[in-house]
Amino acid sequence: MNTENSATGEGKGGDVIVETVSRLMVPFIQLFALYVIIHGAGGPGGGFQGGVIFAASFILLVIAFGIVDAGDRFPEAVNTNLFSVGVYIFAGVGLLCVILSFGAAQYLNYGFIPLTTHFEENRALGMDLVEIGIGITVMAVITSIFFNLVWKRESEEEVGEKEEQE
Amino acid sequence: MLIVTEHFPVLVIVISMLSAFTILIAGRWNKKTCLPISIATISVQLFMALFILNQVITRGTIHYRLGGWAPPWGIEYVIDAFNAYVLVIVLFICLLTAIYAKRSIEREQPHRIVPFYVVFQLLITGLCGITVTGDIFNLYVFLEIASLAAYALIAVAGRRALKASYNYVIMGSIGACFYLLGAGFLYAVTGSLNMADLSHLLPPLYENKVVQAAFVFFVVGMSIKMALFPLHIWQPDAYTYAPSAVTVIIAAAMSKVSIYAFIRVFFSVFTTEFIRIYVPIATAISWIAAIAIIVGSIIAIMQSNLKRMLAYSSVAQVGYIVLGVGLYSTQWGLYGALMHILNHALTKGCLFLVAGAIIYRYGLWNIHDFVGLGKKMPYTCAAFTIAALSMIGVPPSVGFITKLCLLAASLEAVEYAFVAVILASTLLNLVYFWRVIERMYFVKGEGEEEKEIRKDEAPMSMVLPALILGSLCIIVGILWLAGTETPLLPVVDHAVNALLGTGVVAAP
Repeated sequence: MNTENSATGEGKGGDVIVETVSRLMVPFIQLFALYVIIHGAGGPGGGFQGGVIFAASFILLVIAFGIVDAGDRFPEAVNTNLFSVGVYIFAGVGLLCVILSFGAAQYLNYGFIPLTTHFEENRALGMDLVEIGIGITVMAVITSIFFNLVWKRESEEEVGEKEEQE
Repeated sequence: MLIVTEHFPVLVIVISMLSAFTILIAGRWNKKTCLPISIATISVQLFMALFILNQVITRGTIHYRLGGWAPPWGIEYVIDAFNAYVLVIVLFICLLTAIYAKRSIEREQPHRIVPFYVVFQLLITGLCGITVTGDIFNLYVFLEIASLAAYALIAVAGRRALKASYNYVIMGSIGACFYLLGAGFLYAVTGSLNMADLSHLLPPLYENKVVQAAFVFFVVGMSIKMALFPLHIWQPDAYTYAPSAVTVIIAAAMSKVSIYAFIRVFFSVFTTEFIRIYVPIATAISWIAAIAIIVGSIIAIMQSNLKRMLAYSSVAQVGYIVLGVGLYSTQWGLYGALMHILNHALTKGCLFLVAGAIIYRYGLWNIHDFVGLGKKMPYTCAAFTIAALSMIGVPPSVGFITKLCLLAASLEAVEYAFVAVILASTLLNLVYFWRVIERMYFVKGEGEEEKEIRKDEAPMSMVLPALILGSLCIIVGILWLAGTETPLLPVVDHAVNALLGTGVVAAP
């Protein structure tokens, strides 16, 4: 394969085959991730598995297009906000059940979110909402872990440690 | 309002978790928002815990079914007097630690204030979760949340703390694995994870080897988590090298919660009948505890680092609690153990707060350098002395009560060896605390004979929590001895009854 390109270091990744194949695969991986997340309420799968698959699609992009480029596109702040948002969705749905039933239903008793007229349908939709929250958090955390492993950011912590050593 | 209060058992966890991630976002915007959010959250949690405690005493055990699923299938939160008692103690310590952490963390880890408070809040989430849940697998999940947060908090200090934290990770993971194996075995045999349900399903299966193996896994796993004597090796390093505020919360709050989980599994999942007839482990546990008391105290005497000395002292104190558990069949055994949970949280919390304050102000950790500290930091040293007296067991303090209860229990069980152990350890306590107090107050430094020593206290936010805990040691003791209508007595009585009675109390 085209190793010269990367060996000279001019390209950021730069392999046509790898880039094209990744670009083709990513939408399918993400679609599958969404399927696993949504299907989680009624079958194998769920927010955690789906979130990991979703994160895998990002990791594939990072590997194909080079770490520096991708790192700029996924700033740490966005990741931080995303995994907070996921937790907020999860906890928020749980609290909504309590609030919307005026305290009659327990935490995470999805049936009491009035999305449809049927108790069971509400329950299924509530589960999906929670799974989406979990999926977002897991995706953001896995991506974040990956970046921290492969790419040393000049974060405030490291700056701090350098100052400490001096 | 009445309706909201029903949801307190779950809200106490949920608001803590939400607060952790709010701190994360708010902290990126402004670092100064972390502390107020954290303190506000813990205050609300403490209020909820006190409310729950009151409700448990007046109306009996609280059952909360998450998601409305009935107990054997869904997760159920069950709070009886014991849970509520531990929850209040833990949150109170957490609140004081959060106030204390402000200056301490600004000095020790100025670049990690935001991550510190996020993980701190997650640790509290885990601790509350362990305490309120009535489901053994859910307990494992919260145990992992709390442990992972604790590993991270210890490692924050860097260098030697990294090694200490790594040790803790390995040992703690083995402990958690053993717990999980125990839970898995019970699930394989009974098909249930609910504590109350298990205590009904298990009695016919008590002769089953799998059930007995599960019990042993639980006991060993939790012994690692709470640093019972032969399995304590992770503990001294972790306590010594962690940041001061972290040491306080791990020593005073987290070890209590591990002990809570131990006692809960011991008496509520299994029953006293199982422990008496099928796996007669009580005597063995008492002897291990007795050895822990003596060995912990002796090693503490040999230490010159104050935090390390207190860490080994904690090994001995865990021994006291487990000794009380081992003597559960006597009238005062379990009572003494539960009182000692309170005593140890107050005194060890106070002592570690003081150790941190001394490090903050003078950077001193070696006991030999404490000369003249009593004049330089009068309030801090006063708090230390009071807590030390309580730990030794001088009469009006809460430590005296627990030693009295344990002595009464040993006499009732006709185990004079334990009486000797308790008395001997009191002397040993006296020896290692006297070394510190003597240096603080009575030893004159060279060349500064009559020179005026300048008073230079640690900041108020660090001294005040120590003084509060120190004075509580005495106040609780006096209230108990006076026998007045305190709310404390019935709480511990209720807790003992709940444990020795019908397990977690049958579902209504």
